[in-house]
Amino acid sequence: MTSNEFLTDLAEHIVEEAEGALSFVIEKNEVTIIAAREHICGVLQYLRDDSECQFKILIGLCGVDYPNRKKRFEVVYNLLSISQNNRIRVKIAVAENELVPTVTKVFSTAGWFERETWDLYGIFFDGHPDLRRILTDYGFEGHPLRKDFPLTGYVELRYDEQQQRVVYEPVKLAQDFRSFDYLSPWEGMTDMQLPGDEKGTVPTRGWKPSDKTVSGKSKEKQ
Amino acid sequence: MSEELEIASQTQIKPYTMNFGPQHPAAHGVLRLVLEMEGEIVERSDPHIGLLHRGTEKLIEYKTYTQAVPYFDRLDYVAPMNQEHAFALAVEKLLGITAPKRAQYIRVLYCELGRVLSHMLNITTFALDVGAITPALWGFEEREKGMEFYDRVCGARLHANYFRPGGVAFDLPPGLCEDMADWINGSLPKAIGDLEGLLSNNRIFKQRTVDIGVATKEEALDWGFTGPMIRGSGVAWDLRKAQPYEVYEELDFDIPVGKTGDCYARYLVRVAEMYESIKIMKQCLKNMPEGPVKSDDYKISPPPRAEMKDSMEALIHHFKLFTEGYHVPAGETYTAVEAPKGEFGVYLVSDGTNKPYRCHIRAPGFAHLQALDYISKGAMLADVVANIGSMDIVFGEIDR
Repeated sequence: MTSNEFLTDLAEHIVEEAEGALSFVIEKNEVTIIAAREHICGVLQYLRDDSECQFKILIGLCGVDYPNRKKRFEVVYNLLSISQNNRIRVKIAVAENELVPTVTKVFSTAGWFERETWDLYGIFFDGHPDLRRILTDYGFEGHPLRKDFPLTGYVELRYDEQQQRVVYEPVKLAQDFRSFDYLSPWEGMTDMQLPGDEKGTVPTRGWKPSDKTVSGKSKEKQ
Repeated sequence: MSEELEIASQTQIKPYTMNFGPQHPAAHGVLRLVLEMEGEIVERSDPHIGLLHRGTEKLIEYKTYTQAVPYFDRLDYVAPMNQEHAFALAVEKLLGITAPKRAQYIRVLYCELGRVLSHMLNITTFALDVGAITPALWGFEEREKGMEFYDRVCGARLHANYFRPGGVAFDLPPGLCEDMADWINGSLPKAIGDLEGLLSNNRIFKQRTVDIGVATKEEALDWGFTGPMIRGSGVAWDLRKAQPYEVYEELDFDIPVGKTGDCYARYLVRVAEMYESIKIMKQCLKNMPEGPVKSDDYKISPPPRAEMKDSMEALIHHFKLFTEGYHVPAGETYTAVEAPKGEFGVYLVSDGTNKPYRCHIRAPGFAHLQALDYISKGAMLADVVANIGSMDIVFGEIDR
């Protein structure tokens, strides 16, 4: 396994050299580079071509939705270097109406991954040669992996015997969709400390301490 | 004669659009391929995927970590346990735990069994696509024997739900190791040898696969190939060697590499890999230690059934585990395993609750199928079928 020092050196080198690489985080021996959205092509090209990086394979690309953030989406690029036997992750923050430059010119494999991210999150990739939906149905509306898209969707389809074709109808649930809230106020509050907690030891699992102190208010439901 | 030639040179052949699938025996599931043909030559192939899309990633966001495991069986349903493995490793990484030694050996044993079964299915159906029926009939008989070992350990032939974060669900039943040793020393290598005998020097098989669908080393990297696809192109890259997880470091095995990067090289890599997998399985059976098969932390893995009969504590743990589940500390990880088809990775984001915040599944087949258009450009229609066969496409993982 690559040592932590080596990763820190590499990450510092990238942040210094590559234009648009803003900062880095190392967590669990995995390097994450935070990059500027408009420079993503340059950053990935640098990571691919620099002799110390040589991240020649784009393993994947995906979106993550954080509705509470000012810039709602995150696009995450996972790269792999075969010659250096190393992995790296590049992240950019994207607001709902912002365009992300396509990286299909740097890595051909990005094409379908970007189509998928467009399909599931509605993040538009500027300059993509063929930005169609890929996983959802022909004529699908909405972007299903957004957090505000219901799990059950909006339409359901069935074969209609009379019309001899498949028909789309609004979803009718025999039972209301139930999402149980198992966040007990003891174990579930992961991002806050109750008054007095600072006196105790930090358990290894369950919650992590932070500077936010809240009195009695349970965590907001998502 | 000359008159005919003159007509032929004056006739303009219009590009012809052909619809291939989604119900086609050579489409390996529900691939719909829109081919633009110039006569018999394929100008452009546009795979339409998503006909098997079940919204796995969305569903996992609404399930606890324990409930999410079975969804991974339904991705690449040819080698279900390899998929579970990636998820189990990702969750374990976020929890900061490792499975006990015996569980690691069992996992490796079953991953390699999955690899043998997956390659066997691929080689036989690939041969079927290019015109040979006998390998499928012979191979599937042997494959069924392998499925029985899945059955015996978890009760299901396909949807195993066997690898859990923190270990495996149950210990191996008595007698299984002996039976498996008999099988991998007896009829399995013989069956693989038979398949090789049928195909490796078969003139028709070679005509259909040699120099078809060639991907050079650079192209393989550019298109994100992994697994037998990149090894067929001459890159010795295998996560089991390069970034060893579980007990692969302690085991002795080789990485077969192809030279030509065509369909035939990929076939040869898969055959050689099956022998390597058998080698690993033998070592696992020989070195399998005694001991627990899951984490003894009852906050993560359920207590034994017997203990629940007289221990209130155990009963509470069991109840909490199967209703609320366990909480995973906030963080994110990308964890990948060498699945039979290539690098299968899980990008898992946890927000500290009992459900994953985001679980992106990186399926190897998705990247491979994307390159179909590129490597089939200018090929004959029949070669597209060979290319699809050699890519080892399974729609469960591509459509997710």
